[in-house]
Amino acid sequence: MDFGFSPEQEMLRATARKFLENECKSEFVRARMAEPAGVTDEFWKKLGEQGWLGLVYPEEFGGTGLGFVDLTVLMEEMGRAVMPGPFLSTLLGGLAILEAGSSDQKKEWLGKISDGTAKATLAWTEPSARWDAPGVTTTARAAGGGFTLTGTKLFVPDAHVADVLVVVARTSEGKRAEDGVSLFLVPRGAKGLTTKLLPTMDQTRKLCEVKLEDTPATLLGAKDGGWAPLERVVQRATVALCAEMCGGAQKVLDMTTEYAKIRIAFGKPIGSYQGVKHRAADMLVDVENAKSLTYYAAWAVDENVPEAALASSMAKAYTSDAYRKVAGAGIQLHGGIGFTWEHDLHLYFKRAKSSEFTFGDATYHREKVAQLINL
Amino acid sequence: MDFTLTPDQEAFRERVRSWLKANIPADWQRKIGSSDVPRPEAYEFLRRWQHTLHDAGFIGLTWPKEAGGQGLTFMEELILHEEMAVAKAPPMLNILGVGMAGPTIIAYGTEAQKKRYPAKILSCEEIWCQGYSEPNSGSDLAGLQTRAVKDGDHYVINGQKVWTSLAHIADWMMLLARTDPDAPKHKGITYFLLDMKTPGVTVKPLKQITGDPEFNEVFFDNVRVHESQVLGEVNGGWQVGLTTLMYERLALGFGLQVRLRITLESLIELARKMEKSGRTVTKDPVMRQKIAQLWIDTESLKYTGARAITKLLKGEMPGPEASAGKMVWVETHQRLQELAMEIEGPYSQLMQGTDWALDGGTWQYTFLRSRANSIEGGTTEIQKNIIGERVLGLPK
Repeated sequence: MDFGFSPEQEMLRATARKFLENECKSEFVRARMAEPAGVTDEFWKKLGEQGWLGLVYPEEFGGTGLGFVDLTVLMEEMGRAVMPGPFLSTLLGGLAILEAGSSDQKKEWLGKISDGTAKATLAWTEPSARWDAPGVTTTARAAGGGFTLTGTKLFVPDAHVADVLVVVARTSEGKRAEDGVSLFLVPRGAKGLTTKLLPTMDQTRKLCEVKLEDTPATLLGAKDGGWAPLERVVQRATVALCAEMCGGAQKVLDMTTEYAKIRIAFGKPIGSYQGVKHRAADMLVDVENAKSLTYYAAWAVDENVPEAALASSMAKAYTSDAYRKVAGAGIQLHGGIGFTWEHDLHLYFKRAKSSEFTFGDATYHREKVAQLINL
Repeated sequence: MDFTLTPDQEAFRERVRSWLKANIPADWQRKIGSSDVPRPEAYEFLRRWQHTLHDAGFIGLTWPKEAGGQGLTFMEELILHEEMAVAKAPPMLNILGVGMAGPTIIAYGTEAQKKRYPAKILSCEEIWCQGYSEPNSGSDLAGLQTRAVKDGDHYVINGQKVWTSLAHIADWMMLLARTDPDAPKHKGITYFLLDMKTPGVTVKPLKQITGDPEFNEVFFDNVRVHESQVLGEVNGGWQVGLTTLMYERLALGFGLQVRLRITLESLIELARKMEKSGRTVTKDPVMRQKIAQLWIDTESLKYTGARAITKLLKGEMPGPEASAGKMVWVETHQRLQELAMEIEGPYSQLMQGTDWALDGGTWQYTFLRSRANSIEGGTTEIQKNIIGERVLGLPK
């Protein structure tokens, strides 16, 4: 057993941290928050050059051919820098193509995603905000050898900049709701496709409303066989998100600890008061446990072990609560300065909140855990 | 990152598993009365159980061979604990000896001491207790006042220890006493190996919140200890004592996580047979949330422990993940025990001694006992100070 990172992974961490400290400073993040795109072409190109946009895709499709533990290291650093832009959404779309796509579809899209010439996303949830199969009501109708899609998708990340959308739609009313779900590819500019950028609390995460009206779409994978690959995609993307959250939470802890050492009140650094010190210790415990569960989940999805679904849900349940609590405590221990727009803490606090409700919150995943342990 | 085992480790797991299947005494839980802390009447049974484990070569796995151990790694220790949990095996009685006294003696002992003590610790021939806390020095351990005064080739010890688990059945004590009252408080302490049968040692049971005398007070009235019983340097006992505490966190840490998992599985069994408002507890959405959270926290403890063990296997000292372990265990276990009471509802009021008490009243005992968890082995407040100051580097 080795529950640690390899020298290569430690090197990836160091490289990513240095890159992001140079290229993704607070000013960069804030500038991207204020713009619709959330990313610059130059920055995206650099991510591609590092091999990070295709990190987990096989080399035969143009990827870097690394695993989810490697991705965990990278995402921790991206979360630390509260990196804006469509990285997670493109990962979602790419993973869906990897899981469900034909060899030609993988060749076509994963190469472009990896070198930065295409961005992708997953259009899954709808106004019902359900993460389960009955929530998929967008319909797919067979038409002229292909399909057309009609419906409304909500909370779709970065759809306004995506070159291709993987859309989850209902092809039939199976015995179970899961049985009639299929995945489709819809390229940017398709007929009847409209995307509307929504104002979000976390401005580093852009969310869209996506409307489809008889929009032509290509089947991705087997008809009526979309739910199983979707579950796997989301299970894996959830782990990646957890890693990003761990990185953000660690950064909040670091900022708070440094501040508690230098901020003087009543003649002493506030970190010497147990009221502050003990809360900082609680933050550390939350961060460390979140990392332990996330690292284990990354290994579990990489190795495809039977408990991967359980590991992913445990990590998301814990990390959703942990990041929210840590970010909140960070603001509290900073006092008034932590409540200002000028200080970076609110970027993390808001990222914690948006991440909490991406792929299901702690309550949702605790129920999944309950099911998976046969409660 | 790799959670798979080597073929040797797999074979070891198989050997442990089949041995446990053939050797765990039937109905032992009824004799013990608790899966967490053994009741006093169970000690003789537990002594025999450890002896049997020892004969099979399962005690002291990480100890060096010359000390009677198996010379294996923490990985085998981990496998053993996991298998014992899965098989619901009885706990190890001489845990303070195997986990703390033995490794400290192996690290600091003279050749004669290393020859004399470790083997009998493993076989459970001699049970050890820990004489650290005093009535006026608990969290501030270095302020201890028990005195040891040199008299020829002996030391004469006077003073008192408290909260001493197992002292009433222990053969030996790891004793910290002050040998130089003029030195700074950390520098005047010496570590003694004390024979509990020495004249002048009096053990008085301390009846606690559970009604049981699990802990003791130990009084020393002119107790004469030969200088050969000093472990490490005279006045160097603080360092030796800290080594013991480090082993305590390592060795006991993993066992605790595993016991927590056993207790959680018992809680789920309880939840399956109880009803709330006409619905099985495990079907109640709020209760499902609470049980799932306990499951997640118990698992997180396991993986945080695994991160610490990985560092140990690589020859590094465990970092923040180790200091967080005790706090998480305490908080999770106390919450688990509170939930057991909530599941039992009005039945939680009934103690052992009536057929109406659920599970023979064991939850009432473990619930009450769990209140000590956040006090013993370093209070939660002290743990938070340690994390704040030594891990996060916050000022004192």
